[in-house]
Amino acid sequence: MMPRSPLESEILFRIGVIPIARSVVTSTCIVALLAFVSWAITRRFDDRPGRLQTAIEALVVTVGDQVRGVIGRDPEPFLPIIGTLFLFIVIANLSAVVPGVESPTASIETPAALALAVFFSVHVYGVREKGVFRYLASFLKPNPLLLPIRILSELTRTVSLTVRLFGNMMSHELVLGVIAAIAGLLVPIPFLALGVLIGVIQAYIFSILATVYLGAAIGAVEEG
Amino acid sequence: MTIQMLSVICATVAVSIAATAPALSEARAIVAALEAIARQPESQGPISRTLFVGLAMIETMAIYCLVVALVLLLANPYAH
Repeated sequence: MMPRSPLESEILFRIGVIPIARSVVTSTCIVALLAFVSWAITRRFDDRPGRLQTAIEALVVTVGDQVRGVIGRDPEPFLPIIGTLFLFIVIANLSAVVPGVESPTASIETPAALALAVFFSVHVYGVREKGVFRYLASFLKPNPLLLPIRILSELTRTVSLTVRLFGNMMSHELVLGVIAAIAGLLVPIPFLALGVLIGVIQAYIFSILATVYLGAAIGAVEEG
Repeated sequence: MTIQMLSVICATVAVSIAATAPALSEARAIVAALEAIARQPESQGPISRTLFVGLAMIETMAIYCLVVALVLLLANPYAH
């Protein structure tokens, strides 16, 4: 039997009665790091960009191009949420490479929180684009009979976003653990490299799916 | 046969099926995408984006089965 179930989270300490899990601490550190780095870089933007500023600008332009490719219109309003989701998930997935750090996306709370953020922002963007009544009326299209299925699909896609990210990261950790238990020296290295690839691809997939859902809510993309 | 033994067998069966079927369908998706890219190399960008999203969708089914298997093994509600 495994020492600790991957479905449970490790409690580090308690504040009053609230237990603080390891993934909460890690993700808070990542958020603080992201916020600090963004603040430090954007504080002195220049017309003649240096290396760091060029890299950041290239990143923003790339995310914008991907969003434009899916939605087919100006990506500006979607850049904050999609870009933040992508950066956070990439760093969270890759944080497992650092010794002693567990990837927060490998326990189910963090992906659930991210998927809930997507769930709510889909409706916020939809209402902002169409107005409350037209947005609610879009649930009755193409046929009012399909309303239960439309509502169900809103819920299931949130669950599937959660389970996809969680399952991929957690199963990869499990595989690494099993391999390290069988052959500890040098053999896990290719799997670690594979983990980097999986982490980036899963972050990409999460952001693209979030973009598709946002696009569907504002009526720019056909519902997928 | 106890609940524990049944759970182990069921988890193995679930993961085996969940490994086989998505592997076959992912192979078909990749073949189709490669053929499309070979025919029209200029459309590589949209095709690979759609391919990645599609592969993620297919893989989700496998991950669901993995989660079910893990629940059976580690957090089985019927095995006290």
